[in-house]
Amino acid sequence: MPTVRIDQTKCIGSGQCVLAAPEVFDQSDDDGLGLVVITEPPAGLLPGVRDAVDRCPAQAVNLEE
Amino acid sequence: MTEAAVCPVLHERDHPLQPPVGFAEAVTGGPIKMRWPNGVEAWMVSSYAGARQVLSDPRFVSRKGGHPEVRDEGEGVVDPDQPGNINGIDGEAHLRLRRPLSRGFMVRRMNELRPRIQQIVDEHLDVMEAKGAPADLVSSLCLPLPSLVIAELLGVAPEHQELFQAAARGMFGKNSSKDEFAAQAAKLGEVLVPIIEQKRAAGTNDDLIGLMANDTDFAMDELIFLCIGLLVAGHETTSNFLGFFALHLFEQPDQLAILQRDPSRADVMVEELLRYTVGQLGGAGLTRRATEDVEVDGVLVRAGEWVSVSLYANLDEALCPRAGELDLERDVVSHLGFGFGPHQCLGANLARAELQIALRSLFERFPNLRPAVPVREMSYRTDMITYGAAEIPVVW
Repeated sequence: MPTVRIDQTKCIGSGQCVLAAPEVFDQSDDDGLGLVVITEPPAGLLPGVRDAVDRCPAQAVNLEE
Repeated sequence: MTEAAVCPVLHERDHPLQPPVGFAEAVTGGPIKMRWPNGVEAWMVSSYAGARQVLSDPRFVSRKGGHPEVRDEGEGVVDPDQPGNINGIDGEAHLRLRRPLSRGFMVRRMNELRPRIQQIVDEHLDVMEAKGAPADLVSSLCLPLPSLVIAELLGVAPEHQELFQAAARGMFGKNSSKDEFAAQAAKLGEVLVPIIEQKRAAGTNDDLIGLMANDTDFAMDELIFLCIGLLVAGHETTSNFLGFFALHLFEQPDQLAILQRDPSRADVMVEELLRYTVGQLGGAGLTRRATEDVEVDGVLVRAGEWVSVSLYANLDEALCPRAGELDLERDVVSHLGFGFGPHQCLGANLARAELQIALRSLFERFPNLRPAVPVREMSYRTDMITYGAAEIPVVW
């Protein structure tokens, strides 16, 4: 299964992943950093996840396919 | 081996909405060294891949000192050791300042702000409509909207607005001196310190100053400079872009027709307008310094050399087909309108909300909005570090 991760040491909390794939990502109320809501997203959500990987300014989003 | 001639960085434009004279020709074909007005030379990187590489690779740092400047003055006006200068630090020290602020600009928080932004936009459009045509779009909407919103977000009373704007002009004028910058910063500090102390005493975190004052370990001098940065960074840029969006649409009636047919798609169209507008501004860029020898776009940038990333990269065909054209039917692409890397615009999600709501509302309210004078004949402000239309006379 494709797996999504956010590297918390790199994340700057820009929220670009939330804009790219709102079903898969969220931001923590405590620190604003990115959260993965669906770690193993179904195929239909993968284009949005790939977009999040591409758009993340901190290059903190990873998709292992 | 002979060194190629070093081109100067120029700011004069033949057309107000297009890159500076000679810029596109100079940078086509890969990085070249350019000389900034203060005499410092920098590699100008303008490809999409090169721009992303430089802006995201930690071997290129943002710490300033002797860096390329649009001012003639050699060192720039901000002390490289200025506490709270979030744009001039790197690595963990940068993340320490950036992350708590990111929380204040979270997507969810910005979405909660949308009804209030809509209300401010509607009020300004009501006034514009009541006064009747012709109107100046800049003073009617572009300028007041972002400054009102950022003041509310920070938790600063609107009566300080004028002081903030005057100070911003003093600090970020192209010819501001180090002394003038320091004097204006001190003046702002006098207003901000009591506000910060009051929020500390109250222990609230429902606005940005409260959040920074109570939920972080930021020292007072850091807090003051961060507040100044937020106050000035937000309003001039967003204001200029809203104006540029209207101007580009006036110049390209086929694109304006696409927006007029379906203003509800303004959210997607704003991304294309950002990509195109930022790309067309071309020219001067975001400066970084190499800490090691690194190859970029086929040239070896040596440790210690400056690199200037031009967001002209947004018009690179590697990003999207027909990248040099505005196409409001295009899907969203990963443009560099807000920069890239850890220093990407902190207020990007706020700017998006403001631009989306303003653009949609403007053309819904005035479907026949058009310029009262030709775009080329309008006056443009070139005295500030940021560039934009001074006035946009419109009729409807």
